[in-house]
Amino acid sequence: MSGEEPISGIGPGGRITLAHGGGGTAMRDLIERVFVATFHPEGTPPLEDQARFDLAAFAAHGDRLAFTTDGFVVEPLEFPGGDIGKLAVCGTVNDLAVGGARPVALSAGFIIEEGLELERLRRIVTSMAMEAARAQVPIVTGDTKVVPRGACDGLFITTTGIGVIRPDYQISIAGARPGDVILINGSLGDHGAAILCARGDLALDVTIKSDCAPLHDLAAALLQAVPQVRAMRDATRGGLAGVLTELAEASRVAIGVDEAALPVRSEVAGVCEILGLDPLYLANEGKLVAVVAPEHAEAALEAMRAHPLGVDAAIIGKVAAEGRPGTVTLINRFGGRRAVTMPSGEQLPRIC
Amino acid sequence: MRFIDEFRDPALAEKLFTEIAQTAKRIGAVRERPVTIMEVCGGHTHTIFRYALESRMPDNVQFAHGPGCPVCVLPRGRVDDAITIARRPEVIFTTFGDAMRVPGAEGSLIQARAAGADVRMVYSPLDALALAVANPDREVVFFALGFETTTPSTALTVLRAARSGVRNFSLLCHHITIIPTLRALLEQPDFPIDGFIGPGHVSMVIGTKPFHFIPEEFGLPLVVAGFEPLDVLQSLLMVLRQIEMGRACVENQYSRVVPPDGNKAAMAAVAQVYETRPQCEWRGLGTIAESGVRLAEPWAAFDAERRFEPAARHTPDPEGCRCNEVLVGRIRPWDCAAFGTTCRPDAPLGALMVSSEGACAAYYQYQGMKGAA
Repeated sequence: MSGEEPISGIGPGGRITLAHGGGGTAMRDLIERVFVATFHPEGTPPLEDQARFDLAAFAAHGDRLAFTTDGFVVEPLEFPGGDIGKLAVCGTVNDLAVGGARPVALSAGFIIEEGLELERLRRIVTSMAMEAARAQVPIVTGDTKVVPRGACDGLFITTTGIGVIRPDYQISIAGARPGDVILINGSLGDHGAAILCARGDLALDVTIKSDCAPLHDLAAALLQAVPQVRAMRDATRGGLAGVLTELAEASRVAIGVDEAALPVRSEVAGVCEILGLDPLYLANEGKLVAVVAPEHAEAALEAMRAHPLGVDAAIIGKVAAEGRPGTVTLINRFGGRRAVTMPSGEQLPRIC
Repeated sequence: MRFIDEFRDPALAEKLFTEIAQTAKRIGAVRERPVTIMEVCGGHTHTIFRYALESRMPDNVQFAHGPGCPVCVLPRGRVDDAITIARRPEVIFTTFGDAMRVPGAEGSLIQARAAGADVRMVYSPLDALALAVANPDREVVFFALGFETTTPSTALTVLRAARSGVRNFSLLCHHITIIPTLRALLEQPDFPIDGFIGPGHVSMVIGTKPFHFIPEEFGLPLVVAGFEPLDVLQSLLMVLRQIEMGRACVENQYSRVVPPDGNKAAMAAVAQVYETRPQCEWRGLGTIAESGVRLAEPWAAFDAERRFEPAARHTPDPEGCRCNEVLVGRIRPWDCAAFGTTCRPDAPLGALMVSSEGACAAYYQYQGMKGAA
């Protein structure tokens, strides 16, 4: 963007002002030269008020549409391993992918706090564009609002996505059956721990990278190997505990998890030790939990491990043949058993 | 992580489980009543549940989860005072994470934050002091909670604030001391405990000597323990062996960290900054003489109680809450009618449901409602 005329309405220190949400030239400048130019560098002409699709093109890929939306608020906006823009693309792509959908298009809504540095916005928008390109899903429409200082925390992004599901994929959170095997594609809690450390108030000399990544390609590889995958979920805010309790409740089954099999990086385990947190409940942004019939477990594991995002994939537990439906039990290294319950609110660090 | 892993070795744990079972069997041959061991510290409660150690105990050995979680024994009136101060527009109120959910009569600090109070979670009192330096036009108050473990760090923070001339920083001090509280528990009639797993972090500061009155005056064993699962198992075995042999003394399982005389520098800072309160209220346990500290006169300028003069309320525990009986090992959490019904981690009625170190929250989180069966 260097060498161009400055975007009109920019405040002291290169910051966004309320003028950029005012509907005039400043707003048009921002949209055309930051959003459209970044998301459509090939020079796509300005779009209509809505994106338009050829229904036949959808139908060629499957028999059902998947449609999802998610709001992204994170402090700090940029952190090791990602930023709010990357998160906003991956989060929505992943919500589509775990339903077995091939992502087709995204929309993005921006709520910008007055005072945000333009350069920071550019970095985040560029990161979104790179992630969308990596996921091969275009950002086809959007919206921009600017709110007064103090009304939001720098930048909020909402992304909405549509995708298409192949006729032979029947994936459902209610699909787990007794005897099924549960897999995850890698280590727990990297995103949650990265955000805690990036806030800079822990005085810990560790840099943990968020696992933020689009999972559609991994999901596609897994489904190609095992089209009969029963259930898939990405483990986000409630951590693995949140996904497993939802799965147990929706499928009316009892789930047993082997603690020794859970992949946790030593840095993340260390942060959890210090703060009294449990990696089972920490947020992830690139973790996929899959449930498959026992006869497909090895093929599923192999397919996951063959993908760059699944090299640390592991079988972590199974659906019990009996037991109280809706329960999740963790079996630890000492043969002890404890219940895993739905997380209640935010995990708060302990005193000592 | 190798250092930690050695204290979580399943083979060593299995050996300890076997020895605990054998010792318990020998004890059971000569006594009918089960052995009840109280772990004083909430950190031990957390370890016991996190590693499901209780699920592998012999039938005649049970844990009682003592008063050593500072959040669990925080009285409601104190939370109300904290909220009164936090609501003042000039105040940035800071505290540790798990104190934010403790309910007072008018809700918790987290609810006060939702209603507009500037309440912030910090990880150390020094973070609160840094906030004061960064916000010279605001009053930064730190809710100073905890036992002897955290008391020195707030003392050192006050000393640093004084040295740097920071004037907009103060402590709402609710530091408490474990020794008078243990004595008050032991003096209760029919106290149902046969031995103690002693608090490792507290002992790092005060040493092991202050616990000697327990065997000497009350004839009960105490083993100061570390917080890894093998520490807790080994300490339990040491307590059981004393019981089996009819002995009672203080032993130090955590000698890799705990010196018999404690940490003299920490104790000096505490002695310099605080004075004993004649009376201190504990949630569930009532008022215990000389069981807490407040800022001494020379540091009055850093005392939020003097600066903001909250009402110093005494708010009774809510109707139906039996935290007090759980705290002294007289009932198990599921014996309380509120457990899991009107009292849950997302809406705690009693303080034992707030912190993950609280017995009720631990039962709820790690055992679900199984205990109620």
